[in-house]
Amino acid sequence: MVIAVASGKGGTGKTTVSVNLAKAFGSAVQLLDCDVEEPNAHIFLNPSVSSEKVVNILVPEVDETRCDGCGECSRFCEYSAIVSFGSKPLVFPEMCHGCGGCARVCPKNAIHEVQKRIGVVKSSEAGNIVLIEGVLDVGVAMAPPLIRAVKSSLNKNLPAILDAPPGTSCPVIATLRDVDFVVLVTEPTPFGLNDLRLAVDMVRQLGIPFGVVINRSGAGDDRVHAYCYEEQIPLLMEIPDDRKIAEAYSRGSLIIEALPEYRGIFKGLINKISELKEQALSK
Amino acid sequence: MKIAFTTSGDDLNAPFDSRFGRSPKFLIYDLDKNSFEVFDNQQNLNAAQGAGIQSAETIARLGAGALITGHCGPNAFKVLNAAGIMIFNTKASTVADALESYKSGKLQQLDNADVEGHWA
Repeated sequence: MVIAVASGKGGTGKTTVSVNLAKAFGSAVQLLDCDVEEPNAHIFLNPSVSSEKVVNILVPEVDETRCDGCGECSRFCEYSAIVSFGSKPLVFPEMCHGCGGCARVCPKNAIHEVQKRIGVVKSSEAGNIVLIEGVLDVGVAMAPPLIRAVKSSLNKNLPAILDAPPGTSCPVIATLRDVDFVVLVTEPTPFGLNDLRLAVDMVRQLGIPFGVVINRSGAGDDRVHAYCYEEQIPLLMEIPDDRKIAEAYSRGSLIIEALPEYRGIFKGLINKISELKEQALSK
Repeated sequence: MKIAFTTSGDDLNAPFDSRFGRSPKFLIYDLDKNSFEVFDNQQNLNAAQGAGIQSAETIARLGAGALITGHCGPNAFKVLNAAGIMIFNTKASTVADALESYKSGKLQQLDNADVEGHWA
């Protein structure tokens, strides 16, 4: 089973839920940190034995002697990464999504692809958790190819938890694609509710079963509860607005280790997700 | 020579727009005929990325030999340069003002991008 933990709003507790859920599994589980612009799950896990793999994308290089300036490459590229005016095309590697289309449509075979580094995928272990994290190089804007590289390291025979980046745009879609269940983490504030609505729209369009976790429950109002009730969205778990949790977090400790009384609610979350996933499958 | 101006309106009295890549429209003024045409840039206004590159390609296709705008980023500069288009910047408030400044030789030609990418 592959579970993604996402949210519209940033800072709602995706990583908190992801790392504690992974720890609560007890048995072997993979944790994929797909928030490649600022991966931070490792802070809570202090993993050992690390391996690192460089991730490249393919970007075009033009052979001037073959190019006749027809402009097919430029017309094909959705991202303006290659531009031609009847002369040698200009290439903007930082705009390139690495699809390789320009090389395919070139009638003169004047374009070949070269590797361009975008980041690394790090693998490590911490107790029952295999941590796989993507780290995007500074100045690189292309998160989705690195997220796909993180996901390609996934072992299908073991359960996996994917810690998604915030928002509802390409990096999130790249993370959520092909997962079995999405946990949307929110907080009971007007900001949390606004961004939860956006996230719900996104997950519904992707057609993935999902439920909501309310973090810092009790800190705001009950509008998120009312929204979930109206929309018939399962409420999976509530993490109370407890100062002891904030203290553990600020030390980089796992909630379920620092405060064993919360171990049960994370175990309950695993059971609830399994049930809902089964229900969705039988529909 | 034809000159491209960045604007949000449809004639010479229209407000001058300081953005290049995401300018709502381009007014192309023909110095030889003293006439102009206006072209919509809506597609690039809403582009996720590469608006400067696409806009540079657009005005090159429209036959502009010069561009008068507020600012020009590095990628747009590369394309304009490759297309042999001169770039001038001004803080004029209308297209007519910008044209007048150009004609009286008050505008300085840019020899490099004057802002970072995605400055807006």
